[in-house]
Amino acid sequence: MKLTLKIWRQKNADTKGKLVDYQIDGIEGDMSFLEMLDVLNEQLINKGEEPVAFDHDCREGICGTCSLYINGEAHGPDRLITTCQLHMRMFNDGDTIHIEPFRATAFPVIKDLVVDRSSFDRIQHAGGFISVNTSGNTIDANAIPVNKHDADTAFESATCIGCGACVASCKNSSAMLFVGAKVSQFALLPQGKIEATERVLNMVKQMDEEGFGNCTNTGACEVECPKGISLENIARLNREYLAAELKG
Amino acid sequence: MALDSKIPEGPLADKWTNYKNNINLVNPANKRNIDVIVVGTGLAGGSAAATLAELGYNVKAFCFQDSPRRAHSIAAQGGINAAKNYQGDGDSTYRLFYDTVKGGDYRSREANVYRLAEVSANIIDQCVAQGVPFAREYGGLLDNRSFGGVLVSRTFYAAGQTGQQLLLGAYSAMNRQIGRGKIKMYNRHEMLDVVVVDGKARGIIARNLVTGEIERHSAHAVVLGTGGYGNVFFLSTNAMGSNVTAAWKAHKRGAFFANPCYTQIHPTCIPVSGDHQSKLTLMSESLRNDGRIWVPKNMEDVLAIREGKLKPTAIPEENRDYYLERRYPAFGNLVPRDVASRAAKERCDAGYGVNKTGEAVYLDFASAIERYGKEQATVRHLDVDDKALVKKLGQEVIREKYGNLFQMYEKIVDQNPYEMPMMIYPAVHYTMGGLWVDYNLMTNVPGLYSIGEANFSDHGANRLGASALMQGLADGYFVLPYTIGDYLSKDIRTGKIPTNTPEFDQAENNVKDSLDHLINNKGTHSVDHFHKRLGKIMWNKCGMARNAQGLQEAIVEIAELRKEFWRDVRVPGTQNEYNEELAKAMRVADYLELGELFAKDALHREESAGGHFREEYQTEEGEALRRPEFQYVAAWEFKGEPKEAILHKEELKYENIEVKERSYK
Amino acid sequence: MSGILNSSIGRKFAMALSAFFLMIFLVQHFAINILSVFSADTFNEASHFMGTFWVVQYIFQPILILGVIFHFVMGMILEIRNRNARKIAYVKNNGNANSTWMSRNMIWTGGVILLFLGLHFYDFWLPEINTKFIEGDMSGTLANGEYRYFEELQHKFVDVWRVALYCLAFVFLALHLLHGFSSAFQSVGANNKYTRGLRGFGKAYAIIIPLGFIFIALYHHFNH
Repeated sequence: MKLTLKIWRQKNADTKGKLVDYQIDGIEGDMSFLEMLDVLNEQLINKGEEPVAFDHDCREGICGTCSLYINGEAHGPDRLITTCQLHMRMFNDGDTIHIEPFRATAFPVIKDLVVDRSSFDRIQHAGGFISVNTSGNTIDANAIPVNKHDADTAFESATCIGCGACVASCKNSSAMLFVGAKVSQFALLPQGKIEATERVLNMVKQMDEEGFGNCTNTGACEVECPKGISLENIARLNREYLAAELKG
Repeated sequence: MALDSKIPEGPLADKWTNYKNNINLVNPANKRNIDVIVVGTGLAGGSAAATLAELGYNVKAFCFQDSPRRAHSIAAQGGINAAKNYQGDGDSTYRLFYDTVKGGDYRSREANVYRLAEVSANIIDQCVAQGVPFAREYGGLLDNRSFGGVLVSRTFYAAGQTGQQLLLGAYSAMNRQIGRGKIKMYNRHEMLDVVVVDGKARGIIARNLVTGEIERHSAHAVVLGTGGYGNVFFLSTNAMGSNVTAAWKAHKRGAFFANPCYTQIHPTCIPVSGDHQSKLTLMSESLRNDGRIWVPKNMEDVLAIREGKLKPTAIPEENRDYYLERRYPAFGNLVPRDVASRAAKERCDAGYGVNKTGEAVYLDFASAIERYGKEQATVRHLDVDDKALVKKLGQEVIREKYGNLFQMYEKIVDQNPYEMPMMIYPAVHYTMGGLWVDYNLMTNVPGLYSIGEANFSDHGANRLGASALMQGLADGYFVLPYTIGDYLSKDIRTGKIPTNTPEFDQAENNVKDSLDHLINNKGTHSVDHFHKRLGKIMWNKCGMARNAQGLQEAIVEIAELRKEFWRDVRVPGTQNEYNEELAKAMRVADYLELGELFAKDALHREESAGGHFREEYQTEEGEALRRPEFQYVAAWEFKGEPKEAILHKEELKYENIEVKERSYK
Repeated sequence: MSGILNSSIGRKFAMALSAFFLMIFLVQHFAINILSVFSADTFNEASHFMGTFWVVQYIFQPILILGVIFHFVMGMILEIRNRNARKIAYVKNNGNANSTWMSRNMIWTGGVILLFLGLHFYDFWLPEINTKFIEGDMSGTLANGEYRYFEELQHKFVDVWRVALYCLAFVFLALHLLHGFSSAFQSVGANNKYTRGLRGFGKAYAIIIPLGFIFIALYHHFNH
């Protein structure tokens, strides 16, 4: 198929960017979206132009590196997938496709479609862990049984890949689904309960300092999340935070 | 130079304990004055960085990704082995040790593997304490599944995302130390050389991938947890950025590269769909617990399927060839990966491949769906003869076990695997070879350590499923933090390592020369063009089956391709900016050297073992023919050109295991 | 607990609490207004009670006004902060794909409701304050000795433009509530097995209450 691409090009963090039009032909439905961009880049390089910079790594939907805003949606029009799992069969011959970076003040553009998501890391540094040393001398793994439902729910929260689609899709650039998922994972497990109070206070404090917006419960994050992390995680984050504030 | 593997004396089961009792330790006050560089933040690097920082060392950690959480360990699906014997099915440390050595086709080091099996149980305890949400049974205890090549259920898992959960556990341990200031994290940094001062590894040269700046970092020891080199084949299940550069630069600075030809071709991957393909996607081995592998018995069915005239579901049982069950009745669909891959290749080579390219076999869940469905119907007191109901119930069970994998398959292939059997084909997945290390996980360059997939030590010629995660975490959490202390105890008076020395100058200039050349070359072909050509040579001549003639050709062709690359590659942009093509070019340059050594190693190893299959050396039934004279580790020393590398042998002694014919029949 | 209003979650919790308060007030307001359709006398008595009982006048009324002002000011603060969280907008954004129009436009629906409140205060609240506290007439009666409330109410809905504006404002109130009701529950952390039912109830509330107000306005417009 033949496509018109409107791609955000921006030299670096300090310059202004703009959409640039590209025509591309010979795209097959079995290609992934990123393979389509590979084809474009190969053509640009052969023409002596600069290829489009975009983030990607595992190309199987788990590393959370790829981060494109395609036709007005994080990871494009398909559901429960990352950009690398989006296939060209979702598009039709002659389509025009807008490709922009994930936008948020807390995700500054590095180049073209590549953004800096280290704000997510800093939120995790503030409390995304259980304080146990790696001695290997903890108690036996089966010493504390965990209710299967809680374990499964914790797992679902823990499947967050930290891609930032929630922030990108949110009209407020809120990171609460991301933070809620981590807080939930630990809040649901007995191991995590001990530090629950400090954890949620510290993570929310860092989240606010990074300049993410506030949640207004539009639910866009849940719809666009490639891992289907549910809004329950944000509700749990709210509960955990309010309870922690009450405890002081 | 003689290789000293430094294996401790004493009975196998006591070696590690005795070793720990007798090594030198560094007192906590002195640890504050010692710096350690850890390159790579996957399971091995991440867990090592966290643990070293907990112990009190100053850690500098590097990853080329934008966050340590994105290292490719995250993509491991099926599970992690541990000799917990929670199922009471006869598992033990010895059995895990035995299975691993046998699975590795008797080409791994006994003492290392035993230690691995010994600490495996601790990994599970540790991960649970960190909040890793492993799958559990209704009683609240941990669940297990079985994996290829073993007869017990010892694999712990978190749906099909075990690697992700374990990596996020290690990442959380790192985060705690980053928050405390004990780890200084360098994201989007690529290591481009090791700096050796007075024979000891004392630092690295790294490039900031955002600004292009070349940086010098010094330390008292350097740890490489930089993963495998499967991407030398261009198409593999590795991440796009996975690369051999760190390990290869270490090799060029004197570290021996061991068994480069041992490559694992994973049997259950999604087949290649076309020339545009940029990477291959794995379907977890755990699927072989419930999926049955087959091709049609009759050629006319094969042809009808390829033409789209026949659906696989329409082929009756008697016309299907469940070739693994036929050839290996004892292990059936759960034979080790190398055996399963070769069997698939054998059928496809014979013309029975079921997709357009003739390179695919079926992985069928229909009988598992029926079995589980009946089980559920019985439990819920429903009608076991209601076929639609049984199917629905069975599909629910399958969805719970493998939902994410099925979804992944459907997105890529555009077929519903709950209804149609999956199509799979082997793909390059893991490299057992790597930097040679001794019992301390130190390379032959003092102070330079290699852990996880980057080293060679534990998996011999073939790795068993769910053992990579085990090894990465064992090395990082429980082995290296001890062994490195023994070395660093001699460095407590050294003080900070300066970076303004001639050794750093020389290494930095080396790196800059390569970068300059690549940017200024202005050739006619892109980096990918060369990478794809290298991949074709590797796959055709160093792939699932190798022979002397092909390997000799490969050595020549790769050397020529390398010359052409340096003469004709085009890298757009400049050095001092975010430039992915430049980063890629540096990686491919190293693959073009490694590929040659790979072929040389494969050529010299005149036997078949595990992932290395030489057509000249097979039994009458077409099984791998191991030869006792090759019972050694081939450690190669760099001498200017990859093909001029000098072979050093580390003989492998098996004192606790009888070396037998490896049979899964 | 100090500084809770400086945190994002604290702020949205406060938004939710003020929203709950306002939603309860709406029910109460509606309950009294609907009396006017059934019985002028009952309506008059209820209105007089509300207008003169000291707890309502000196405690509830100031709290209500503060609640409205708080909800509005905090809404504005959040909106400004949220806009700052994305300084460069998307060239193409397909919000409809993942969220409702109502959820994305609370600031506009809320703004219209605020403008309406200006009109509403001008119509009812200011005259009330004038009568009771400036002129000092706490009797609640007209010159003929009868209660004035029903009379005044009907009088206001004679003008077709005013009725139209009221109806339009109630449509916006409905849009605001369609997201606001369930959003408030989510903000205080209520998301559980009852959430589905609650959402249904919220939708019903968001439609029935404004529709009721519209009905009352139209009723008096056509029946005076």
